[in-house]
Amino acid sequence: MTSSMLFNITTFTYLISMIVFFAFLASRSKSLGLAGSFIAYAGLAVQTVAIALRWKESYDMGVGHAPMSNLYESIVFFSWTIVLLFAYIDIRYKYRIVGAFVVPFALLGMAWAQLGMNTGIEPLVPALQSNWLLYHVITCFLGYAAFAVACGISIMYLIKTAVEGKDSSAPAGGLMSMFPPLKVLDDLNYRSIMIGFPLLTLGIITGAAWANYAWGTYWSWDPKETWSLIVWFVYAAFLHARITKGWVGKRAAWLSVIGFAATIFCYLGVNLFLSGLHSYGNSKM
Amino acid sequence: MAPTERSFVITVWDYLCSLKLTLFLLISLALTSIIGTILPQGALPPEYVAQISQTKLQIYSKLGFFDMYHSWWFITLLYVFSLNLVSCSIKRLPHVFKFISEPALVLGEGQRNSFSLKKELTFSAPAEKAKERLSLFLGKEFAAPVITEHNGEYHLFAQKTAWCRLGVYVVHFSILVIFIGAIIGSLAGYKGFVTIVEGARINSFEGRNGQRMPLGFDVLCEKFTVEFYSTGAPKEFRSILTIMENGKPVPGYSQVKVIVNEPLTYKGITFYQSSYGQSNEGGEHFVTVTPRTGGTPEKFTVHEGEAVTLKDGTTFKLLEATQEVRQFAPGFSGPAARIEVTRKGAAPQTFISFKNFPDTNAARGDALTFGYEGTNAKQYTGLQVAKDPGVWVVWLGCALMVIGIGVAFFMSHKRIWVVISKKHARMYGNASKNQAAFQMQFEDIAEKFHEIKI
Repeated sequence: MTSSMLFNITTFTYLISMIVFFAFLASRSKSLGLAGSFIAYAGLAVQTVAIALRWKESYDMGVGHAPMSNLYESIVFFSWTIVLLFAYIDIRYKYRIVGAFVVPFALLGMAWAQLGMNTGIEPLVPALQSNWLLYHVITCFLGYAAFAVACGISIMYLIKTAVEGKDSSAPAGGLMSMFPPLKVLDDLNYRSIMIGFPLLTLGIITGAAWANYAWGTYWSWDPKETWSLIVWFVYAAFLHARITKGWVGKRAAWLSVIGFAATIFCYLGVNLFLSGLHSYGNSKM
Repeated sequence: MAPTERSFVITVWDYLCSLKLTLFLLISLALTSIIGTILPQGALPPEYVAQISQTKLQIYSKLGFFDMYHSWWFITLLYVFSLNLVSCSIKRLPHVFKFISEPALVLGEGQRNSFSLKKELTFSAPAEKAKERLSLFLGKEFAAPVITEHNGEYHLFAQKTAWCRLGVYVVHFSILVIFIGAIIGSLAGYKGFVTIVEGARINSFEGRNGQRMPLGFDVLCEKFTVEFYSTGAPKEFRSILTIMENGKPVPGYSQVKVIVNEPLTYKGITFYQSSYGQSNEGGEHFVTVTPRTGGTPEKFTVHEGEAVTLKDGTTFKLLEATQEVRQFAPGFSGPAARIEVTRKGAAPQTFISFKNFPDTNAARGDALTFGYEGTNAKQYTGLQVAKDPGVWVVWLGCALMVIGIGVAFFMSHKRIWVVISKKHARMYGNASKNQAAFQMQFEDIAEKFHEIKI
């Protein structure tokens, strides 16, 4: 059994989980919801083993390093953290339906990684040979995953307000009755960002510490750094907006969606469209 | 001061303290920061200048878009941001201190209805006795209470982690500390670059503005090496450096290995492995020419680009050389050179000659076999040079920020009141944050509270 086979199984499992969650949305059958969650957990378990195995395989190849060194590995880790956070929300707050809006993000990541990317294990170029790699990547991606979950929850919020319209005093029946109440969605959105923001802050700080250690500057306004700061500003605005009247609810949900769009641009857009020090796989000294 | 003037001052002050300004600044900083990630910053590449229209170029330059993070308007935004942080802290901190040091010991009738967490206990003993009993209970289960007698009722007040309300202000303060660190760095620090040829010493480096700056000591590059993985990707760039003062190596700073991610710091100045290259000054390359039919190889010492004519009229030229060919020719390794050979009356031919693969050289099948034997040219190492006395202030600010966020996000100010009247006592609870988690704790206490026999 190789890690790449296990990653394929993971992708497939997330696909099944998503389909079951959609069926759960349509049928409102509790057992389908339970099945969706358990399939997602099974995928998470397989993926955990796969990541550990890939780690070990890199040592067997003599180029041992944590599997977080290129775009492929980072996407896989991102998917893993998203499902991990979903599991936390599911178990802690018992809102299974969130899975229908969060698992697709994980599936999208895995499918793209498995189908569109070079999956080979590569040795670490000198710039990445540092313990900071692990701290930096783990904090950043846990933060990103929390924002992904917040975005999924915000989309649920926006759908629910759109369907229920202005007359929110009389909650709509049908599909919408499965969604948690608006107040709960708003609260979950806030809680996810309360997890993501400290992690993003740690991610930026560990990145700055690493940059200072490797290049002698903790901040050089590199596009990646700048975009991470933009994301930080957006969520800082979100946190402050919540204390102001008139910004809770719909506007907060939009800020959360915009924040995640900025996060995705920071993660992928910067590498695809702009140049800088984080070009995955490029050997920058 | 005239009333209108005074109200104007107050209006400005209120605006400076306002959350509205904070939101405006955060969103403006986020939006304007995008410019610098799209437009090139610093020295403009000629291709960019050629492709952009003159008017655009002028407008962008005028607006400082090509060095936007240091432009007057971006710096102004950061100053107003700092001002906003300071003003809102000045405005709110006294209230917070008061809230912590003078808590609401007595719960008014009206306030009691606003609590979602409450529990009642009825008893037959006198209120005096219930007060003693419940005060011990609160002390054991939560925190030692303050007892106040008011309108014939006893108010027991207990609280935990009131100071966590200061967490937000620690975060705000930490941002200012980071700014101060950055300002110290830009005033008292510098950055630059230096190249040192193997075996050579330097005592100055090139600053950002292009001028030479003295180090105050010498740096000797003993050796520079590059290692590669079998895939051809670089594995390690290594300089061996020795710091010298008064012509002698400084103890403990002799033959220090400097690689990427492992810099060398001496007297507050840090050297980072950054680039490398082949030094061409006086570099001689060695080439052997062997007739295919056999015979003694003839040795030549040539410079790059220099043409040599052999006895039979053939000329050859060493176009370029590398000491590690792996990255250009996978499957090969070691030194190699690109050689151009022109046989008399024929067109020039170009090929690569390897030091470690003589069979490949011979397999070319020409009447003459060219072998590259290496060079006495030296490599140079390129080092970033930086001094930043403000960096520790920045790290202090970052540590404060992490602590502050931890306190502000994950801790809450928990308060419990017990109001004792005749025959019954009521308990009320409230948390500044994460009410759900506190609810569990409260319900736990409330259950025990309910079962107390007095």
